[in-house]
Order: sequence, then structure tokens, then C-alpha cells
Amino acid sequence: MAALKMQPGAEIDGFTVGEQVHRGGMATLWTVTHPGINVPLLMKVPLVSEGEDPAAIVSFEMEQMILPRLSGPHVPACFGTGDFERQAYVVMERIPGQTLYKRLGELPLPYDEARAIAGKVAAALASLHRQNVIHHDIKPSSVMFRGHGEAVLIDFGLSHHKHLPDLLQEEFRLPFGTAPYMAPERLLGVRDDPRSDLFSLGVLLYFFTTGERPFGESETLRGMRRRLWRDPYPPRCLREDYPLWLQEIVLRCLEIDPAARYPTAAQLAFDLAHPDQVKLTARSRRLTRDSIATVWRRRFNLGAVQPQPKSDVAAQLASSPIVMVALDIAEGSDALDEAIRVTAERVMSTSPSARLACVNVLKLNRLAIDRTLDEQGQNKHVDRLVALQHWARPFRLEDNRLTVHVLEAIDPAAALLEFAAVNLVDHIIIGARQNSMMRALLGSVSAKVASEAPCTVTVVRPSRLTVQDESEGTAEQDDASAVTPPGMF
Amino acid sequence: MRLALFADIHANRQAFAACLDAARARGAERLVCLGDIVGYGADPEWAVDTVMDLVADGALAVRGNHDHAIGMPSDSMNDDATAAIDWTRGRLNAEQKSFLAGLPLQRDDDNRLYVHSEASDPARWRYVRDTADAARSMMATGLRITFCGHIHRPGLYSMSSAAKMTSFVPTSGIAVQLLTGRRWLAVLGSVGQPRDGDPAASFAMFDTDSREITYLRVPYDMETAAARIRANGLPHWLADRLLIGR
Repeated sequence: MAALKMQPGAEIDGFTVGEQVHRGGMATLWTVTHPGINVPLLMKVPLVSEGEDPAAIVSFEMEQMILPRLSGPHVPACFGTGDFERQAYVVMERIPGQTLYKRLGELPLPYDEARAIAGKVAAALASLHRQNVIHHDIKPSSVMFRGHGEAVLIDFGLSHHKHLPDLLQEEFRLPFGTAPYMAPERLLGVRDDPRSDLFSLGVLLYFFTTGERPFGESETLRGMRRRLWRDPYPPRCLREDYPLWLQEIVLRCLEIDPAARYPTAAQLAFDLAHPDQVKLTARSRRLTRDSIATVWRRRFNLGAVQPQPKSDVAAQLASSPIVMVALDIAEGSDALDEAIRVTAERVMSTSPSARLACVNVLKLNRLAIDRTLDEQGQNKHVDRLVALQHWARPFRLEDNRLTVHVLEAIDPAAALLEFAAVNLVDHIIIGARQNSMMRALLGSVSAKVASEAPCTVTVVRPSRLTVQDESEGTAEQDDASAVTPPGMF
Repeated sequence: MRLALFADIHANRQAFAACLDAARARGAERLVCLGDIVGYGADPEWAVDTVMDLVADGALAVRGNHDHAIGMPSDSMNDDATAAIDWTRGRLNAEQKSFLAGLPLQRDDDNRLYVHSEASDPARWRYVRDTADAARSMMATGLRITFCGHIHRPGLYSMSSAAKMTSFVPTSGIAVQLLTGRRWLAVLGSVGQPRDGDPAASFAMFDTDSREITYLRVPYDMETAAARIRANGLPHWLADRLLIGR
């Protein structure tokens, strides 16, 4: 193998090498330039050559395979790879700034700042998981941020891609990764469960809000295995003022059984974005760890819960969508609300881990100063929340699967679209306005949402019969206004 | 150069024609037939003539155990396979039989090995079922990439420079780069009689420049293929299994 010499000024496949900016345990990082590429670039070069440390080679191979397939703001863009026959490298976009590792000296961070950071990482994980990749090394030094605030995940050397060979599967006798952040199932050899990343993010959030690592820093297999049966001290043991909602989120991420964690990163991001809507369970108030009986039962029943059948990343994400229902309760259109309920029930019943966000827009006037109280002096915002809860009651969803939101906005469609984008909504269910006079004046909210939404949109109309009953006398109606079941867009 | 690789055609005209169309649509520049052109299916004459024409145009082909059994009856085949071979033997003319008998057991081509079963002893027709079988085959050749078939279930194995093995069930339509740092064994699914639970015909494309292999599944008229098996008096299970991919 004729390896090229890495030094400033060297040319590799059209890339001109600049300065070395980092030297880590497994790789060096160099600035590079390429005519025609106008973003700052980094070349990552493994430190070892073929035949030496297999860990470094294999994780480099994984990164080489996975990084070029990823897209979106939450990963560095990839501009080229070189193989071990000549000079192994990956060229990627250089993300300015520092990793979260630089913040360790400031821990614990204020609760709200840590919440915002974890929310951004959860959104990044949601994007990664949707691309069929599990990161498997979420820790402060794997997280950076773009100027606009989006989290960027780096270092995919331990990652797993559902559609690519997993080169790490048989490579190491011990699970390979960063011990304090590693999910318990990883110790059993499970590499295909995206909820392992949620556990690692839970460790990070615990650490950032308490200043303590929930499982210490043990690097021994024996020390790491304890987390298969031993739960961490609840954060409220360490900080008396620890918010209940935050403990609820952190301990749910740190559940030993992946099935007890959040089903998806998007659902975790949702709770982090709406702390006031987090449904508090016994978890949130705990001040002690599990009883010794529970711990022993876990420890000596390990064989019984061992490796589950291969989980399917895509199937799991698909069964846990965030469904948003946009309701126009103020108009009092009972038939339409009922039709929306039927549609939403159908969607929710096919997805056992789906969660439902019921959203109503309180329209503000563009010019007049809005008062939150109506003529009778009632608080409009609270009224709407109550109405949404009333509408959702027949679903009988467990508390942690339902939230209600009243948005205040001048442009209802824009507010709904923004809510869907920010909260990683998978499916919007919205009613089409029947009153043609209103639609003529205001434009169709559902049409704008359907055409611009980042996800699936179902536009619901009441059945033809109820439409005739209700809107007799209105002159024109869409030909398509009686679509039952509703059309999918 | 873009290669199209076909294994275990098994005289299934509808499946092979559909795969050839799909390969040409993807810009295949060279075709490779990994053996078992005949056996099981009801159109052996067409299948052999088609491969003969392709070979005349530059395609590569190797011999499978069913092709071999036409000239050299095997005592290791099950009853259904034997019945199909006996029937097939009566359908092929001398030229077709001699073409099958004259196929090599393996071919190599620019650091790639093509073989029907596996490389350690091609004439023993052993299956590659797991990483141990794959390792035995990879150890037996100095070539970096081996393509084979025989087991009718797609699989992709790799061996690192430290002789660690990985196994993987490829996803249809997703290109996988065969990294230069390791050795690879690509087991193709079957064109004419898939057995991995997906009845769609299976083949693969390999780009020799990017070193990317893409396994593909092609829907085809399996009802007609099955009906022809029944109409020709072949064992009914050979028709039924096409519809369920087992």
C-alpha cells in the first residue's frame, strides 16, 4: 500500500491539504480546499494503516459508508471518501465552533438551557433515525451546533445503518463505545434499537442538569453491566429544586427496558419542547432508586429478557408517529369535528405508540389590539384548551399520548405549519372549511397546510349528508367536498 | 463497468426475461450467469438458448449443479429435483446439452471470482449458509470479491484484514460499497425460484468503478411460470413454491 504523505500542501483527489487542526486517538483532522466547493472543509484521516488497530479501521470504514448517505442540517455534509488502498479519508463540511464537551466545566447548566440543548439533539436524532441510522455514540463531544441553532451530530464510526452491513457486529468481544453513555442493551450485543440513542441522550441530560454522570465513569465491563439491573439515583436526590417534568423526561430516557423509554426521538423532542405538557407519573416524584427486590428480580431474570428479535428501525418509527389534529372548534362545526374525530381514531388505532397533539389557532387581528378576554370577560385561551380536551376525551388515550395546544397567530395556516415543522409532526389531520363565504374571505387554511406541510396531510370533510343539513343555502361547494373516507394528500 | 449478475434461473422464462429487462434498463454492460440455468422450471430450451446467445455476445457463465446433472445424473438430489432434471434432459437438444456440460465451474475476471456454489471445492456444491461457510470460501481464493448463488437466498459477507467476519441480508435497491480494505462474498438470490419468502425474482448489479453492489427484486408473471410447470406434468410443489417464494 503506497500511502500518501499527509502534510500541508499535499494534493489528494483534487483536495489541497491545509493545516492539521486536531489529532485524536483514532484520526487526525485537516483543513482542505477544493476548487468549486465553497464551504469550509475538513479531511478526517485515520491514524492507523491497514493491518493495525482493527477498531480504528472498522469504525473508519463504517463512517466512510454511512456519512455519504446522510443528508439534512443535522449532519456534516460529505464531499468525498478515499479508501485504504491509497489514502483513507473522509472529507466533510467543517462545522464552526466547539462540541458540547467544552461546556463540561460549566455543569450543571440552568435547567432551561439544558432542556433546549437536549431538545435540539433529540431533533437531530429524529432526523438521523428517519434515515435508518442509529448513532451509538451520543455524548457531549459528538454534538455541535450550526449558527441557526440546529444540533449537528458528528462521528459515525460506531453507527449502525439498517440497509448496510454492520462491520462492528462481530469485530469486538466487548461492546465498543463510550462507557458512561452506553445503553444497557448494548452490553447484550443489541445494535439495532434506535432507543439506545435516547438512553445516551438521557445520560447527557442528567449529567448536564446535575453535574453527575448517572452511571459514573466506570469503564470495566463489570461496572457497566450494573446498569442492566441497577437504576440511577433520581436527579431529585441530587438537587432538591429539580423540576418534576425534567425528572420525568430524564428517567424515562434512562429506563432499562428500551420499550419503557420514549418510542421515538421525535416524541422525546416534543416533550422537551413542551415541558408544561409533560404528563407526570410516579417517576417524576421519586427520591430513591428501585427497591432491592426489583433490582434482584432484574438481575437474576436477565436470561428471560435477553435479546429481543431484531427490531426494525423503520417499523418502530412508523408505529410511533406524532399526529397533529387541527381543530376549528370556535366555529362550532360539530359535524366536521366529528368527522375529524373518526379519522383521527382510525389513525391512532393503527399506531399503538402514536401520540396526538390537538391544536387550535386563536386568530389575532392584524391591527386591533387583542384582548385575551372576550366580551363576557372569559379567558379565550383557557376556553379553547378546555374545548380541545373535551373533544379529545372520547379517545381515552393515556395521558402521555395526548397534548393540547392553543396557538395565537395572525395567519392560522402559517402557525399550523410552523407547529408541525418544529414539533416533527408526522401526520396532520385538518378539516376543510365548509362555509364558502368564510373561505372566500380568508382563503383555505387546509389547502395551504396540505400544499406546504412537511408531512402527510389528511383533509377531512363531513359526509355529504351532514354537509347538506348544515350548509343548506350556501351557493357553491367543492365537488370533492364529500370525500369519505378522507382523501390523503 | 456495470455488471448484471444472475443466479439460479432454473428455466423460469418469465422471471429471467423480467430480470434481463430490468438489468438493461439499468445500463448493464456485461452479463454474468452464475449457474443453474435449468432444473425446476418449464422453459429449459428457451433459458439455455438465451444464455448461449448472451455468452456469444460476451456474457460470462459458469456451471451449476442442475446444469451438471443433465449430463451426469446426481444421486444427491431430492425427488422433485430429479424428476425435473429427467424431464429437462428429454427437452434439450445435443447442442444445448453440450453447452451446459462445457461451462466452467468457475471464472475469474479482474480480481473477481464467479462460481455457482462456493470457492473451496466448487464441484462439491456446498451451500454458503453462514459466516463459517463464507469464511471457508473466502480463504480458498486470493480474489477480493466472490459472487455465487446456489442457496436461493441473498446474503453479503465480508472478512476484515484480521479475518473477522460480518454477514448481512441486503435490502433491495440499496447500493452497498464493497470497501477495498476487506474481502467480500456476495451470495445472489435466485432469478427463477426465490426461497427467502419474497417471490419476486432476484438479481444484482455491480459497478466495477464505484465497487457498489445493488441487489434488486423484480416482480414477474409468476402465475404463468407456475401454470407452465403444472401443464408440463412437473411436481406441483415446484409451481406452488414460486407463488410463496419458499
